[in-house]
Amino acid sequence: MKKKEILVLEELLGSNKKIASEIRKRLEEKGILTINLLSSPGAGKTTLLESIAEKLKPDYKMAVIEGDIETERDAERIRAKGIPAWQIITGGACHLEAKMVGKLFPEIPTDLDFLFIENVGNLVCPASYDLGENIRCVLLSVPEGDDKPKKYPKAFTTSDCLIISKSDLLPVLPFDLEHAQKEALDINPKLKIFTTSALKDSGIADLIEFFISSLNQLRQKNA
Amino acid sequence: MHELSIVASLFEILEEKAKEQKAKKVTAITVKVGALSGVVSEFLITAFDVYKKDTIAEEAELKIEEVPLKVKCQKCGAVIIKDDFVFLCEKCESRELKTLAGTELLLEKIEMEV
Repeated sequence: MKKKEILVLEELLGSNKKIASEIRKRLEEKGILTINLLSSPGAGKTTLLESIAEKLKPDYKMAVIEGDIETERDAERIRAKGIPAWQIITGGACHLEAKMVGKLFPEIPTDLDFLFIENVGNLVCPASYDLGENIRCVLLSVPEGDDKPKKYPKAFTTSDCLIISKSDLLPVLPFDLEHAQKEALDINPKLKIFTTSALKDSGIADLIEFFISSLNQLRQKNA
Repeated sequence: MHELSIVASLFEILEEKAKEQKAKKVTAITVKVGALSGVVSEFLITAFDVYKKDTIAEEAELKIEEVPLKVKCQKCGAVIIKDDFVFLCEKCESRELKTLAGTELLLEKIEMEV
């Protein structure tokens, strides 16, 4: 018996990253902008998507991949808006992985403008998994409190965009909007911040404008 | 708690390397865990100890090397270890910081008997 030591230096999530890069490349080639939505459960990801769907529908084609531990409920809500949606039921897993998205690839229409991926509601684990998105958005809803960015740094440092949702509750809850924005920018100075209320239809047009300009940039890059 | 699925990825690499080296058994594994890797070292060890049963690494120890978040200011060049994740240069107050280390989750080395 001989002792041996080998240097490996391999990323543990390397295989996920590889699959994610392949997904991103293939979707970009088709001119599809992919957006990964992260948040704790109940921050309003599905409601925001319903609202986005209403606004994008007349001019753009979108589809949604829904990730949940159980039930087809979220995909049904999106389909009710006339939008194609697939449900990934993780059966207990707390996050989506690139290979789960990759499996759906043959079903994704090639003439889409936007592909939204609604991750499993969890502000911790999904942050470690690249799904091949172009834009990662983290939602922070007003009832959750303004202290979340520093408590869950990974979700905020890996995101491109912060959506402060349920802003209609600002007048009745002790949520300091400025403090939340400052905390988020402290840990990620590059974050684009949007404040939205799906209920009152506020701030969503600005968010959509950001998605459309990002789509145009992606297509210019392709041209 | 996604540490178990990370351990599953670790074993994919580990088993492949052990086979390549024709290892009789794996005795230790060193993993580098960055402060911003999104992984809790204690959970990683617990998940590893559950997963290793009936594998080539059954008797192996998982050693963790924690890596702090290290950034470099793009303006004044200061290299700083951050423990609060606030991306602000303490010397010149610039927010243009480049991350040098602390986001990694790396299988560094494997010790084995061949």
